[in-house]
Amino acid sequence: MSRAKAPYIAPAERAAPDLDSGKYLVMWQGPNHPGITGNMSLRLVIEGDSVVDCETHVGYLHRGFEKLMERRLWMQNFPLVCRIAVPEPDFNEYCYAAALEELAGIEVPDKAVWLRTLSLEMIRLASFLMWIGGQAGAFGHGTIAQWSVTMRDYVLDLFEELTGGRIYHMYIIPGGVRGDVPAGFLRRVLETMDTVRKNLDDIELVMFHNVVYKMRAQGLGYIPPDWVDQYGITGPNARAAGLPRDLRKDLGYLAYPRLSFEPIVGTVSDAFERSRLRLLEMYQSIDLIRQIVDMLPARGAFRAKLPNPLHWKIPAGETYVAAECTRGEYGFYVVSDGGDKPRRVAVRGPSYTHGVALMERLARGVNIADVAGLMVSLHTYPPEIER
Amino acid sequence: MSDKHSIPGPLANEGLPLAERGLFCDAPPRQYQRANKITEAFWNWARAQSLWILGFGTGCGAIELRPLMTSRFDMYRYGIQPRPTPRQSSVFVIGGYASVKTLKRIVRSYEQMMGPKFVVALGSCTINGGMYWDSYNTIKRIDQYIPVDVYIAGCMPRPEALLAGFQELKRIIRAGRGEGQNEYARKFEWYKANQKQVIKDWNMPDYNW
Amino acid sequence: MKELITSLANRYGVRDWKDLKAGQAACFVDSGRLRDCLRWLRDEAGYAHLSFATAIDQLERGVFTLTYALRNHERGHSLLVHSEIDRTRPVVDSIHRLWAQAWTYQREMKEWYGIDFPGSPRVDEEFVLEGWQGPPMMRRDFDSLAYSDATYAERPGRASSDPAEHMKRELYPEEQA
Ligand code: SF4
Repeated sequence: MSRAKAPYIAPAERAAPDLDSGKYLVMWQGPNHPGITGNMSLRLVIEGDSVVDCETHVGYLHRGFEKLMERRLWMQNFPLVCRIAVPEPDFNEYCYAAALEELAGIEVPDKAVWLRTLSLEMIRLASFLMWIGGQAGAFGHGTIAQWSVTMRDYVLDLFEELTGGRIYHMYIIPGGVRGDVPAGFLRRVLETMDTVRKNLDDIELVMFHNVVYKMRAQGLGYIPPDWVDQYGITGPNARAAGLPRDLRKDLGYLAYPRLSFEPIVGTVSDAFERSRLRLLEMYQSIDLIRQIVDMLPARGAFRAKLPNPLHWKIPAGETYVAAECTRGEYGFYVVSDGGDKPRRVAVRGPSYTHGVALMERLARGVNIADVAGLMVSLHTYPPEIER
Repeated sequence: MSDKHSIPGPLANEGLPLAERGLFCDAPPRQYQRANKITEAFWNWARAQSLWILGFGTGCGAIELRPLMTSRFDMYRYGIQPRPTPRQSSVFVIGGYASVKTLKRIVRSYEQMMGPKFVVALGSCTINGGMYWDSYNTIKRIDQYIPVDVYIAGCMPRPEALLAGFQELKRIIRAGRGEGQNEYARKFEWYKANQKQVIKDWNMPDYNW
Repeated sequence: MKELITSLANRYGVRDWKDLKAGQAACFVDSGRLRDCLRWLRDEAGYAHLSFATAIDQLERGVFTLTYALRNHERGHSLLVHSEIDRTRPVVDSIHRLWAQAWTYQREMKEWYGIDFPGSPRVDEEFVLEGWQGPPMMRRDFDSLAYSDATYAERPGRASSDPAEHMKRELYPEEQA
């Protein structure tokens, strides 16, 4: 516990470049720009072709979730929460449901726990697959996106079978899950995992052994290990810097303590290492899904009995529930005042720190052509920044 | 800046600082003059065969464009492909809810698109506000602000629904009913008034093509 | 843990320690000592990771509750540090020098609640809104529906029923009697 653990780094105060000097060019990247993840924008100040200063502008997707949730009954929020992070909705559902169960003291049946784990792990895989397409695309490998997005679609097909929805599943409901596995579903899961795995081998070959990708990604956006706490970095971005922090291990939520896996840790957190790490995490996800399918209890209840949702009052209290999503720590902070509506629900999205503060810091000095690649390598999803 | 620009039209880019007003157009958009019937029919056929959509993911719906662009659903086989800039695109896909901040960019991008241009709006959010009917930051119907040719209902619409929507759009264009652009020119003042009612800090050009 | 509680209480007058669940606790500190307390937690107690910072509007009591969630990764423990400030004079010390991402949260709180953090970078700039003229919208006395109805045109034909009433009618008819 020494002071050296968290050394002082000057935060976002910086000397603004003198724009009138004629040396610099101000350029907006986004919101309408192919090299940007989702709908957000970067205001870049450029000298030659390197970035001197970067400012992120978010809010294009702000819908005011946290306000809307205060206006709705506890149960009415359940279809709303998944829309906070579009490519990875299940974490919202899980965190919200778990927070409610904690506050209301509801016991979740064992089968539901396993099904939740399955759905979270599957969406992690899907989200990673989507990401790798973006990462490769940002460095000019369009082919990878053609493969990986299709693979993601196969995973989404599984979700469709399980939950009825492709993108938004609304599966993890407070008290359990919304349905049991359909007949033959688990076999199809395993088949899909085989397909995805085979495809991942191809992706590894084409992407990670490719000299263009190596030369562009190596050394880009290096995160020193002591920034991790300083900037609140979590997830693969932190693990790539050598810190074995994985909430699935640390918090041991759901069925994760009963699965065998180790956090994957890298050495130098640059864009290349981060992407390699995420590739390994995809393999890990596939492995975990196989384990879950093996250990899933065949019978049992999948949902606890809930009180009438119209009069469902949750005892006053507060809790913070976090889970390890693909980007890092995803959390819901729920405060109840004993009424039938939440007092406050705050969402902690990992992109919040990665996409704003960290991105602004890392973008300085980067070549303008690499900004998109850098942004993707931090794995940000704008909808969870502004909510 | 020449004198010509300082004589304002009915709406004269008043949201801009004086020095910048001259940089933009000073006249409202005009309606499209049709050629004779046969030529127009041929052109409409040609227009319908190559729809270039603007790659601007404005809401949740944007996520279904990825599968659509890649090999599983592959919209290229219908002559549809994404373009990076509004100047090259002819179809604007509004991917769901539009916050006020995005609406500003939607209006500007829409106006910058070359005619003939068409708008496809996805999801219940664009139709009547959807989930966010009581949100303080999202508009409830997009056709108050820009004309819409095809709505695709759903929350969110599947890629197949999107493909069906594009087929419908093609049918509309071939039949010469893709009138959004003309409608925008005809009811320009009305659209502008609506836009300004929502976008409280109007600091962009009124005429911008 | 005992040690931590007593030294926090002795140094910064931290009170109301409450264990929320295994690996999570909450405590309360006066807003004047908030920054020093957070600094001590970060440097000396190992709570080096700031998960998030947010505010809760307690309209009835006329205060904003600030919440800072810290995590000690070595011990696997998170701590929610609360503090309260007056709703009419919402000014708190900025912690942007403690954590490099904290200014984003502060900017958000400034825009959403109107809580000021003097000295925090770009705190007065708009964060997610643009051209917003209403009051800070996360305050509980701001009515989102009324604002939306007044501002955005609605498509005729959309019937909005009160969800609770509707559910009662459609799903639980037996309760009507
Ligand atoms: S209709 Fe549904 S999917 Fe589409 S933008 Fe609205 S909430 Fe998102």
